[in-house]
Amino acid sequence: MSDPILSVQGLVKHYEKDRSAVERLLGKPRMVVHAVNKVDLDVGRGETLGLIGESGCGKSTLGRTVLRLHEPTAGTIRFDGADITTLEPKALMLLRSRMQIVFQDPYASLNPRKTVREIVGMPLLIQGMKDTAQRDDRVHAMLRRVGLRDDQFGRYPHQFSGGQRQRIGIARALISHPELVVCDEPVSALDVSIKAQILELLSELKSELGLTYLFISHDIAVVAHLADRIAVMYLGEIVEVGPAREVMQAPRHPYTRALMSAVPRVEALGRRQRIVLKGDLPSPINPPSGCKFHTRCPAAMPRCATQAPTALSMNADATHLAACLLYDASARASGAPEAGTAAARFSQKEPS
Amino acid sequence: MMGADSPAATVPSQAAVASRAGGGDVILRLRGLSTSFSTHDGVVKAVQDVDLDVMRGECLGIVGESGSGKSVTFASVMGLIKPPGRITSGSVLFDGVELTTLAPPAMRALRGKRMAMTMQDALTALNPSMTVETQLCEVILAHDDEVVKLPRRQRMTQARARAVEMMALVGIPSPQSRLREYPHQFSGGMRQRIMIAIALACKPQLLIADEPTTALDVTIQAQVLELIADLRASLGMSVVLITHDLGVVAEQCDRVVVMYAGQVMESGPTAEVIAHPRHPYTRGLLASMPRLEDPTAPIRPIQGMVPSLINFPSQCRFYSRCDRRQDACLANIGLRQHPDGRATRCLFPETAP
Repeated sequence: MSDPILSVQGLVKHYEKDRSAVERLLGKPRMVVHAVNKVDLDVGRGETLGLIGESGCGKSTLGRTVLRLHEPTAGTIRFDGADITTLEPKALMLLRSRMQIVFQDPYASLNPRKTVREIVGMPLLIQGMKDTAQRDDRVHAMLRRVGLRDDQFGRYPHQFSGGQRQRIGIARALISHPELVVCDEPVSALDVSIKAQILELLSELKSELGLTYLFISHDIAVVAHLADRIAVMYLGEIVEVGPAREVMQAPRHPYTRALMSAVPRVEALGRRQRIVLKGDLPSPINPPSGCKFHTRCPAAMPRCATQAPTALSMNADATHLAACLLYDASARASGAPEAGTAAARFSQKEPS
Repeated sequence: MMGADSPAATVPSQAAVASRAGGGDVILRLRGLSTSFSTHDGVVKAVQDVDLDVMRGECLGIVGESGSGKSVTFASVMGLIKPPGRITSGSVLFDGVELTTLAPPAMRALRGKRMAMTMQDALTALNPSMTVETQLCEVILAHDDEVVKLPRRQRMTQARARAVEMMALVGIPSPQSRLREYPHQFSGGMRQRIMIAIALACKPQLLIADEPTTALDVTIQAQVLELIADLRASLGMSVVLITHDLGVVAEQCDRVVVMYAGQVMESGPTAEVIAHPRHPYTRGLLASMPRLEDPTAPIRPIQGMVPSLINFPSQCRFYSRCDRRQDACLANIGLRQHPDGRATRCLFPETAP
């Protein structure tokens, strides 16, 4: 990527589970939740990077950690070339006007005791725009842009429907003219017809304001529609990343393949043969050894249980990466099942 | 059980679909069903004039957005409507028995035994203070004739054995030990399985699954849908699948009923409704979905919002958002049956291409 607006290297976010005093006295070991594990990711200026994965895979934690809403445990975050990993609060506050977030839950993310005008004006007030009239001008223009009527500006969040509240959340994120917007499941709580309206609004605003989106969603069809590139997360790690079209049409990682085949399709009509993964997502407290997907992987080999895969290039210009031992040349050298045969065995299970 | 290498899935044959659509053997028949709720602001006609048939052994999809009346329709069928709500008119015929006038004891004997419903949110539907075993055995002790006729001492043992069997049937690992756990100890997909196990404990003829996969991830959704489809095939029951996901309907259901604002807008064989939607709402719904096959295709949202149903006037309920509306639409519009097994509630439907 020539000019990434956001560049993340080796990002780690661990949470320690609380132990009670008794548990500590009894010497119960520390329980660490590995939410995000050594993630490398670039977001190019002006692109939409879709981040997909099941709930609990760490995609929201990643989205919030890059904005420093959560403090990273290790790794570096560079925004527009500058290292912001350890930026102190005051500087961070000023930087926040350039990076914003739209939250998933339009019910919980708006203060019920403030009017829409106050909610959307708050970022400007924090950035130091003290003049009320000047602030209201900006706020009103933004609220009109996202599709609210003038007589609604003084209302409270509970007087709006879910779709309208998400419009308010978008207005609040965009009021300070950010460059990067993290959209954390912005349409997951919405109905089909309302979802489409919000997606349309987000694409219009992106081209009007020249935004960059990090778009987090578990809805693969939505991400496929919006994203230029797609990153797939599993248990805190990025297992595949590449141009949206390639990841959708020719997924390389077994997890991505299973995920794609599990999405119900309107065109399908009748039950398709699909890769149904067995079991649930393992706990991020004691993640599996080696490749974290090996416990559910239909193409797992013995070495997957011990050796952690590294990201390997899947195309000529190295824009498509997958972290899977199936494509690891050294696997063949060490006498493990031929990678080619393993891949062939796996591809038989693809939907026809 | 549902591994990747299971044989190719069963695609319902055109003949089977046609025979089901063309009458066949009806297990559940709704005619003119209306359910209202009295509120301080006025009467909400949550379900109005719903006609639909569920055939024996078929999977019927009910699609609609929130507030379209899908859940209330089937809560009415199950006799679960409590004041201030009430069924104001219409009939519900289950296997020839009229349910709207059935006495409560007779309804209790039927509900859970011959027809069962799974609720959308498994965590709130299951009792958090009772073990899974207690909740599963409760149904078996109430309804399973094989168990009920046993001497009292053997009943509990037998019910437990049946509970273990059901847990295994829905694919919960180590059912013996997991039976003694509480709902919060299970993951979302597992909870949904437990609800399905409870619903299927008495081998009902009709399973109503209300948004069984909405709260689940796609890979877990695939597991639960496969499970329901496998059980339908092996037990020969009818399934009503309530969902807002047309993709799920396309893959699972023989026929589909599209609901909007409390009314049936369109119904017919799934393949035909999706390929050639006749009602403007169905068309709008399909056009507003991002498609995985063609991600770059533009999506066209339906403008506006679902109207408030409080004191809703007698007119087409989709009027405010419709791109084909005319003055004639401001009258009460009935559901019209077409000879090809489809039905639409529209004065100006899309005609065949």
